[in-house]
Parts: sequence; C-alpha cells; structure tokens
Amino acid sequence: MALEDRVVITGIGLTAPNGNSLTEYRQNLLAGKSGVVKFETRFMGEVLAGVCDFDDLKYQKKKALRRGTRAGSIAIYCARGAIEDSGLDFENADKSRIGVYLGTTEHGNVETENEVYNISKYGYDIKYWSHHHNPRTVANNPAGEVTLNMGITGPHYSIGAACAAGNLGIIQGMQMLRLQEVDLALVGGVSESIHTFGIFASFKSEGALAAHDDPAKASRPFDKNRNGIVCSEGGCVYTLERLPDAEKRGAKIYGEIIGHAANSDAFDYILPEPGRQAECMRLALKRAGLTADAIDILNTHATATMLGDIQECKAVREVFGKCRGVRINNTKSFIGHTMGAAGALELTGNLPSFEDSMVHATINLDDIDPDCALDQLVVNTPEKVEQVNIIMNNSFGMFGINSVLIVQRFQK
Amino acid sequence: MTRDQVRQAVLDIIIDIAPDEDFSAIKDEENLRDQFDLDSMDFLDIVMELRKRFNLEVPEKDYPELISMASSVEYLFPRLKDWKLAS
Repeated sequence: MALEDRVVITGIGLTAPNGNSLTEYRQNLLAGKSGVVKFETRFMGEVLAGVCDFDDLKYQKKKALRRGTRAGSIAIYCARGAIEDSGLDFENADKSRIGVYLGTTEHGNVETENEVYNISKYGYDIKYWSHHHNPRTVANNPAGEVTLNMGITGPHYSIGAACAAGNLGIIQGMQMLRLQEVDLALVGGVSESIHTFGIFASFKSEGALAAHDDPAKASRPFDKNRNGIVCSEGGCVYTLERLPDAEKRGAKIYGEIIGHAANSDAFDYILPEPGRQAECMRLALKRAGLTADAIDILNTHATATMLGDIQECKAVREVFGKCRGVRINNTKSFIGHTMGAAGALELTGNLPSFEDSMVHATINLDDIDPDCALDQLVVNTPEKVEQVNIIMNNSFGMFGINSVLIVQRFQK
Repeated sequence: MTRDQVRQAVLDIIIDIAPDEDFSAIKDEENLRDQFDLDSMDFLDIVMELRKRFNLEVPEKDYPELISMASSVEYLFPRLKDWKLAS
C-alpha cells in the first residue's frame, strides 16, 4: 500500500459507562467492572442501562448544553478529548481540512419524544413545540455540534448504520483521508439512545430487553441465561491521519487500520445472517492481505440476544474454526450496547493490548450456551498473551448491515 | 403583577435561557443583545417562556418590544398586571 494510503489512529477521546478516558476504561475492562446501573425512564420506570458520567461542562457552556443534544455533548467531549490526546497543534491547524464523521444508530428520537411529552402538558397544542427541535434532530446534529464547538470548517456528517455505525464512521474517515478530501478526520460513533423510553420499550416488545436483579450481571453475551440487550449511551472519537502526516509531527500511533469491510445481509429487518457476517470478516481479511490465523483478538458484536449471539458464533466458527491462536472477547458484557458508539468503543477497549499484551475478558459468562461455546473465548478473567499484533472488530446492525475493522500494531 | 414583578419574571426567564451570563449589572435601558450573548433563537425562547409561564402570546410584529429590559417591562406590564403570582 502506498505510504499516503496508510491511515493511523493518533488520538482517542471517549466516554463509556465504565470510564471517561482510555486509561480508566481499560482499567475497568481488565478489572471486570461493569458500567450497567438502574435507570429511570419515562413511562417504564426502572430499567437497566449503561450511563456515562463525563463532565459535560468541560468543553461546553451551560447554554450550549441547553441548546444542543446529549449526543452532541458526548461527541464534543470525545472529539475534544481525541484532539488533546493527539498532541496536535489544533490552534494552528487548517480547520478547513478537518472532517468529522460520526456514526449513530439513530438520532432525533430523544428530542422528538421530549417535545411530544412537552406538548402533552399543554393539551397537545403545537405552539408549545420548541423551535430547537429542528437543529436538535437533524441527522448531522452530533457531528455538527462538534464543528460549532471547535470551529472546524471541513465537512461533517453522520453515518447512519444501526449498530454498525461506529465502525463505519471510522471507515468513512479513513476513506476521506485516502481520497485527500481532508488531512485529519475525527471519526467514531456516539449514542444518546437511553434518553428515550422508546428504545427500551421497543426491545422489550421484541423480547430482547435484558433484565437481572444485579445490573452488573445483566449483559451476558454467550451465557445460557442471557435475556437481551442492555441499552447504553457513550461515545468514542479518534483522530485519524495519513501515516506521513502523523510521522512528520512525531505523533503517538495507537495502531494502523489495515483492513475493513462492510456488506449487507439482504435477509431480514432485524435478524442477522451468519453467512454474510462471515463474508464480511473474510473480505476484511482479504483486504488486509491476511488469513484468519493472523488475528490475535476478535472482539465480537454479540449483544446477548438469544439468536444474535448464536448466529455470530456460527459466522466466527466458519471463519476462525481451526485457528487456536485467536482470543475472542466481548465488550458489551461490561458496558451494555452503546449502539452507534459500540464499534468504536469496543475496538478502543482492545487497542491497549498492543502495549500490555492483556486480552480483556467476556464477563458474566457463568454457564455458556453450547451453541456459543467457542473454544477461543476469554471467559470472565483477562488473559496475558505473548504479544498482540492484530485486532479484528465486528459490528453488526439491523437491516443486516455488517462491518469489520482490522487494526494492526504500528510497524514502520 | 407589579412592574417589579414583571421585571423579575423577565429576568428569571433570561437567566434560564443564558445560564452562563452574569446579569447582576444589567442596564435596563440598553439593548439586551449588546450586553449579553443572546441571539434570535434565545428571543424565541423568551417568547416561548412567556407563553408557558403566563399564557401570554407575543405576536411576531411585537418582538422588537423585547429589545431591552425596560422596553420589555413597558410592553408586558399592561398585559400581565392582572396576572396573579402563585403565593
């Protein structure tokens, strides 16, 4: 690959239900600490959710918080954090050459539900409907809030790709760098979904909403007693740069994106299709010039639904069946499903493995479902390995949108 | 409501809308936008809050009446003087 086409991760900003920085998040993933708690939601009372407690006034004024959205606030916290972490001279950077590409599962449900609830207090008289509803609900809101906050004048938009969106935000930014459309890409994904009761109610109606007496035990992918998804909020943003630019300024490099793929099941509105998932993983491997046995860590998408976990395990078996060297884990077991942020957050939780050679576990795996009993799963406690060189990250979503990223330890 | 109560009601609304601003030295005769970081969407918020809190409709042609604190009180007092504040 031409040097100019090599794209590297040079900064990370995040908020997860169990950490507001990469250091804190990683520590808690290795310590087995969940971020799932009891959470009050309109019309449903107490549910379980992954809730973030980042300082939303760190980079925003109170008025901006009032004007904007939770997703916008998460995006700003993560984008500012990524820029700070990157060490880039942002003040003097050409803001017209920076692009913001953020994945979201959905956007606008929270704000619309709030407005409907608001006018319900006034006899459904629409003159009480807020003039802020439009800017709060446009699909590009989270990325747009980042540009407003940071004075970025390059392109910004959201990537709507259900729960594969976090990976696809990263892929989009990588492609724009390769096309020379921008010189720096702020990429990743965000989710504010827990602030609408609708997402909980919808998963409940599908029989796919997790319930457990102990919130920390609720998200249990691959476990026989799993009973659904824990909805979570969160965000993760990277600074991506072309390798020559990163090297020129002596940037710290977390890893290089060496493979990616996205495809569609063309099968069902919500049900996954393992054949297409396997194809997606194989396509990413092919583009990276690798075979499955080169992968050291596979981070699964599994959300703890009965069928979804089994289908992904089928796909993983098809691709990795004979590979004993790969370690397989799952981040949702700690933080629940951060929706649009999931791809980026889950990949990020594994990136420190390049440095510490630890593989975080899949927790809450007390009684493994025989249909999910992959030999390579890292169960409940982290595992020390000799070295981690290559990580694959799966992220799948409704309407059968599949995405796979492969990131390699940086080598010149 | 008295004139002072109307002024306080407007101030309460503006404080909610622009929570980062310090209104302790507000000059009642001066344009609010010259003194504070307020834009057109904020003025729509003021109109909305008057509607919600006092069931008062400010027609668009009257928006310029809200340009300063003094002009707001002048405009609002006749419309709110019979409004009973909750004790």
